[in-house]
Amino acid sequence: MIKVASEPFDPLFALRAHEERLGARLRGAGAQAMFVGSMRDFNEGEAVEAMVLEHYPGMTEKALAEIDAEAGKRWPLEASLIIHRHGRLLPGDAIVLVITASAHRQAAFEACSFLMDWLKTKAPFWKLEESAGKTRWVEAKDDDDAAARRWDRRQH
Amino acid sequence: MSIQVRFFASLAESVGRRETGCAHAPGMTVADVWRQVNGDAAPPAGTLCARNQNYCRFDDRVEDGDEVAFFPRVTGG
Repeated sequence: MIKVASEPFDPLFALRAHEERLGARLRGAGAQAMFVGSMRDFNEGEAVEAMVLEHYPGMTEKALAEIDAEAGKRWPLEASLIIHRHGRLLPGDAIVLVITASAHRQAAFEACSFLMDWLKTKAPFWKLEESAGKTRWVEAKDDDDAAARRWDRRQH
Repeated sequence: MSIQVRFFASLAESVGRRETGCAHAPGMTVADVWRQVNGDAAPPAGTLCARNQNYCRFDDRVEDGDEVAFFPRVTGG
């Protein structure tokens, strides 16, 4: 399940709601992996007061759904959940939540890591940091591209 | 009908707008759409493009009625 949220959300509340929605399906999934990314109050040597996350309505949801579907093809997942904010965030606010559920832990961990690596390089969001009355667009990192590439399938 | 063109983030700031449009011409590519709306200035290095909300390439053909978007490398997550 994918959600692009305009308002703050509580990751633990979202986990509980997700488990309630899944109900009996979770009984077969002994392993859940969860990642929460939150806004930091510091980046590249500067204090950050707020952040605005721009997105591409329509394409963002589509891209996240495709990334989620790819995880479901590669690993035996019982369920997955991605929640990603857009709009204005304050330090400590959750930016992104990824939860994966599988029978065993290896698939849950790997799929969770894959979802994060892919959404960081493929989901149309752009971060604008606000500090001391100025704004600055966050630059994409080559490390994130490298992290996504490690999931590339080897051609035989 | 025509092509709807969208810009996002720092690229929208540097081209000075978020939305515009242009007429479609036979054989037009995404690169041609860029040139139609931005003139000779090349897109900044790393600029990505999407056609009807799917990632595409600059040499892909566009059809009348398409939505074409240009944006910088993404920074979500």
